[in-house]
Amino acid sequence: MTQSNAARQSPSSPRPEGDLPPSLVARDLECVRDDRVLFTRLSFELRSGGILQLEGPNGSGKTSLLRILCGLRLPDAGEILWCGESTSDLAGEFHRDIAYVGHLAGIKRELTPLENLRVTIGLGRPRDGVDLEQALDEVGLYGFEDVPVRNLSAGQTRRVALARLLVARAKLWVLDEPFTALDRKGVAYVERLLERHTAEGGLIALTTHHTVNVSDTQVQILNLSEPRFRPE
Amino acid sequence: MSRAFVTLVKRDLLLAFRHRSELANPILFFILVVSLFPLGVGPEPNLLQSLAAGVIWVAALLSSLLSLDGIFRSDFEDGSLEQILMSAHPISLLVLAKVLAHWLITGLPVILVAPLLGVLMQLPADGIGVLMITLLLGTPFVSLVGAIGVGLTVGLRRAGMVLSLLVFPLYIPLLIFAAGAVDTAMTGFPIGGHLSLLAALLVGALTLAPLATAASLRISLN
Repeated sequence: MTQSNAARQSPSSPRPEGDLPPSLVARDLECVRDDRVLFTRLSFELRSGGILQLEGPNGSGKTSLLRILCGLRLPDAGEILWCGESTSDLAGEFHRDIAYVGHLAGIKRELTPLENLRVTIGLGRPRDGVDLEQALDEVGLYGFEDVPVRNLSAGQTRRVALARLLVARAKLWVLDEPFTALDRKGVAYVERLLERHTAEGGLIALTTHHTVNVSDTQVQILNLSEPRFRPE
Repeated sequence: MSRAFVTLVKRDLLLAFRHRSELANPILFFILVVSLFPLGVGPEPNLLQSLAAGVIWVAALLSSLLSLDGIFRSDFEDGSLEQILMSAHPISLLVLAKVLAHWLITGLPVILVAPLLGVLMQLPADGIGVLMITLLLGTPFVSLVGAIGVGLTVGLRRAGMVLSLLVFPLYIPLLIFAAGAVDTAMTGFPIGGHLSLLAALLVGALTLAPLATAASLRISLN
C-alpha cells in the first residue's frame, strides 16, 4: 500500500523533451591508496534503469570507487561522465542528481529521524509535496519519528539513512552495503525499493556481499579483483 | 541557497542545544581563567587594569581552542560531512553557515560575559566598551580562521596540538591590535586605526576563509 503511494508521487515519466535518459560512464579509472594500486583501467557504463553491483574482497577498493563516483575522492586517473558531461565540470549540477548512503550513515544521533530528514531536504534541491512522515512510515519507522536516533537500533538507524533516498529523489543512488544491519524483511524491502527506482528510470551503483534479488532489472556485476583491473 | 544556509545554522544550534553541558565548557574556562588573575597577581587596581585587555583576550583565544575542533569533528565522524560536501550548494556557503553557528554558540557568550570580567579586572567603563567592540570584531575572525585549521586536521585522530600550532600564529595580529586598542583608549588616544585594522582582518577572513576551509575539507575527505 505504501509502495503504491510513493510510486504515485515519484517525479519520473513524462520527461521534458531534449532531456536524455541519464547515464553514468566511467573511463579508465585508477585509484591508488598508500602507494598501492587498488584498480586501474576500470571502465563501465551504467544506463538508465540499470544496477551496477561492485564485488571484490575486503580492501579491493569498492568503497573508494563509490566515493570517486560521488566526487568525494578524486580518481588518480580517468574520468566520470554523467549524461555525457565530465563530472568535474558539472560539480554542483551533478550532486543535485545523486544520493549517497555510505558506510557512515550521515545521520545525527542527537536528532530525531524527522529532524534528520528535514536537514536532507534543506540541503537538497527544493521540492514540493515530500511527505517526511510517510517516508519514515515506509521504511518501517512508524512511531519512531520523534525518538532521537541515539536511542534506535543499528538497523533502524540504517532505515533512517535509507529514508533519505526516498525524500532526496535523486536519479543516481550510490549505496555502500545498503543491506548491513537490516533484518530479513528490511532486506526484502530494500530490494523492492531498488526495483522501483530502476523501473522509474533511476540508476544504482552499490556494493554488497549479498545476492541482490531484483526482478525485471539486469544487475551488472563488476568484480574489482579481476586481473584486468590490476597493473601489469 | 539561503534555505540550505538557514537549515545548517538551525541544525547546528539545535545540536548545541541538545549538548548543553559541552556548550558550557569553553565559556566556563574563559571565566575561570580571567577570574583567577586578580587572586594570583593581587588586587592592585592599576596593575590589573594594565593587564586586563591582554588577559581577557588571551583567555578568549585559549577557550576557543576547546570548541574549535567541534566545528567539523562530529560531522566528520558520523558521515554528515560527506553529505554536506555532496550538497548541490556552494560548499563555502555551507562552511560559512557552520562557522556562523559556531560563533553564535561560542563567540557571542564571550562578548556577553566580557563586561563582567572587565569590571573584575578594574577596567573603566570606556575601556569595557572598547573591549567589547574588539571582541565583536575579533571573535568571528577566530571562528573563521580556526575553521581552516579544523578543516585541515579533521582527518587526524589527535588534532588538538597540531590545530593550535596551525592557527595560533594567525591570531597574533588580532591579539596585538585588540589588546592595543583597549590600552590606547584608556590613555586617551584615538583608536580608529586599531579598529580599522581589526575590521580589515575580519573582512579578509570573511571573504577568504570559507573558500580555504571548503578546499581543506575536500582534501581531508579525499
